Amino acid sequence: MSPVLFAELVAFCAGLLLLTGVLIVWRRDLRAIVRLLAVQGVALSVLVAVIGIDARVPELVAVALLVLALKGFVLPVVLVRVAGPAGPGRVETPTINTTASLILLALLTTLAYLVSQPLKAAGAGPAVAAVPIGIALVLFGFLVLASRRHAISQLVGFLMLDNGIAAVAFLIAGGLPLVVELGASLDILLVVLVLQVLTGRIRAEFGDLDLDDLSELRD
Amino acid sequence: MAALVLLPVVACLGIAALAALSGHPLALRYAGILSAAVVLGGGLGLVAVVLGGTDPTAAGGLLRVDALSAFMLTVVGFVGLTATWGGLSAKMTGATGRVYPTLVCLFLGAMSLAVLADNLGVLWVAVEATTITTAFLVGHHGSRRALEAAWKYVVLGSVGVAIAFLGIVLLYAATLASGTPTLSWVVLDQANLPMDPSLVRVAAGLAVLGFATKAGLAPMHSWLPDAHSQAPAPVSGLMSGVLLSVAFYAILRVQAVVDPVIGPELMRGLLVTAGLLSLAVSAALIVRQRDLKRMLAYSSIEHMGLLALAAAVGGPLALTAALLHVLGHGLAKSSTFVVSGRILATEGTTTIAGIRSLFARRPGVAIPFVVGMAALLGFPPFSLFFSEVAIVVAGFQGGLGAVMVVAVVLILVLFAGLARHTATMLFAPARADDVLASAPPAGTDAPSSQPDRASHGPRLPLVIALGATAVVAFASGPLSTLLAQAAALLGGTR
Repeated sequence: MSPVLFAELVAFCAGLLLLTGVLIVWRRDLRAIVRLLAVQGVALSVLVAVIGIDARVPELVAVALLVLALKGFVLPVVLVRVAGPAGPGRVETPTINTTASLILLALLTTLAYLVSQPLKAAGAGPAVAAVPIGIALVLFGFLVLASRRHAISQLVGFLMLDNGIAAVAFLIAGGLPLVVELGASLDILLVVLVLQVLTGRIRAEFGDLDLDDLSELRD
Repeated sequence: MAALVLLPVVACLGIAALAALSGHPLALRYAGILSAAVVLGGGLGLVAVVLGGTDPTAAGGLLRVDALSAFMLTVVGFVGLTATWGGLSAKMTGATGRVYPTLVCLFLGAMSLAVLADNLGVLWVAVEATTITTAFLVGHHGSRRALEAAWKYVVLGSVGVAIAFLGIVLLYAATLASGTPTLSWVVLDQANLPMDPSLVRVAAGLAVLGFATKAGLAPMHSWLPDAHSQAPAPVSGLMSGVLLSVAFYAILRVQAVVDPVIGPELMRGLLVTAGLLSLAVSAALIVRQRDLKRMLAYSSIEHMGLLALAAAVGGPLALTAALLHVLGHGLAKSSTFVVSGRILATEGTTTIAGIRSLFARRPGVAIPFVVGMAALLGFPPFSLFFSEVAIVVAGFQGGLGAVMVVAVVLILVLFAGLARHTATMLFAPARADDVLASAPPAGTDAPSSQPDRASHGPRLPLVIALGATAVVAFASGPLSTLLAQAAALLGGTR
């Protein structure tokens, strides 16, 4: 792969990751943000494949397929099932309004570039240059976790945070050892399945998935 | 030797599969105890091997046992045995099904994997796996509160360890410069490994932040009192004695890797902040606490804060004391949680106000409780007294005198709060309206005139655990050699 093509593809995938991240914070329709999360997972898997092909590591191409299956397909399907057959267009009201959250996104992206300065030590090149996008996704995930009170939004926030960490791992180090990669993917899948079961029980007990109801335990 | 290294993990998985697939009542009842016993046996065997001078490995070098791993594995087994055996009667009252014992076995297996792994990534995978296995254990009762606690626990725990994962990724990236990227402790601990300090600095901060969430250190502790108070009593004991300790072990390992590269200042600053904050938070919330299990949970935060301070001090004395404290706290806390389960079963409540003159009415339950609380409060001869004194002394020697003064003041406040609540539950006479309201709880046969001497559960595990806590500080020979070796591995020789 020519260096120019590699740089363009990495930049394209990173841009897609950032764009889906912004749209997830912007949109309020729960099904829409799950679809956006699926697109983000596909973008991440393409990024992994590009890095793997450029570095001529067949292992990474296999990991890319795993990422595609897990983050592009399985996890979104699980989330859609959590959302239930309540029909399209389930909408929630975040605690921060859209304008304010878009301004926050701009600030968080700037912050991501600032805190990524020490990471430049990992080397030069288009991949390391895109690391701040991964950090930005981690921060976006935190924003969603902090500002949304619906169970599905919280799950999406957690998975976006995880996508960001995975993006950083692939961009800065070309991925972790395979056994760790597999174990981490399995853990993420199981965490989401555990939360799926818990949401089912919460819905049965509280009649809704609004986590503001979860406020009995306090000192 | 490789077989002995693999034994604890494989046996736990096997017993879990057996319990889940066979569903035989005997298998379900004793699965947890058997798993913990195998882990303890494996731990003791590996201690003998390590003291013999070899560090056995298995699974292509992914697992490796040194003095610290062998000690931690023994702690996991011993505390696990106390919690599962002591909690035996408490959980057989209802038809709990296959889920509970299976998950307990898987939890013990994951914890064993975490301490045996010679790889930061595998350690992370194992710690995250414990979040998954304990989620349903916390939510086991299925009540609204239990569900709330389980949800918060899984979300906060997963996000926390995800942050640690980011730290691990950056640490891995920092080793790329050396040509052979690695996450192996043995390689990372080599002083001459070329690693970029600025990357390691960020990695260390993130890894400690993440694992501190799991270790229940303030300000990332908010899941802990909820999860500990809602989980069944043996699970609370397992989480407090095993899970928190293993997360703290991860912090110690990270510290041993990063301190030679970036100097001890960053880790010391982080750990002192977290330690003092944990002591302050637990002091503030224990004094006015109204629930027995939440009180014990905040006491765990206190002890984790103390451990963080010990790690901040560093050096052979503080680290040896920290490891001894891990053992003593694990045993005493799992015992008191087990007793809290018996109190809930007999008294029908865990609110402190609802438990009165326990010593006169139910000495069979009250005596192990008072012994366990004495151990946790740090009375001699229990080992927590000696480890706490050693940590404070080491702090003064290591130039953290001011921090230690603040810590001692907070510990005294905690002591007063815990002692007052304990004395209230044990000796305060029942108020007249209480007697009417809580007269005989359903299913018990205790007329108030006749003291209830039954222990409401196996007596032996509590005797062994609390007895061990009382004598372990005086044990010399193998244990002190082992602790000294483990502390040396963590840079305690510097």
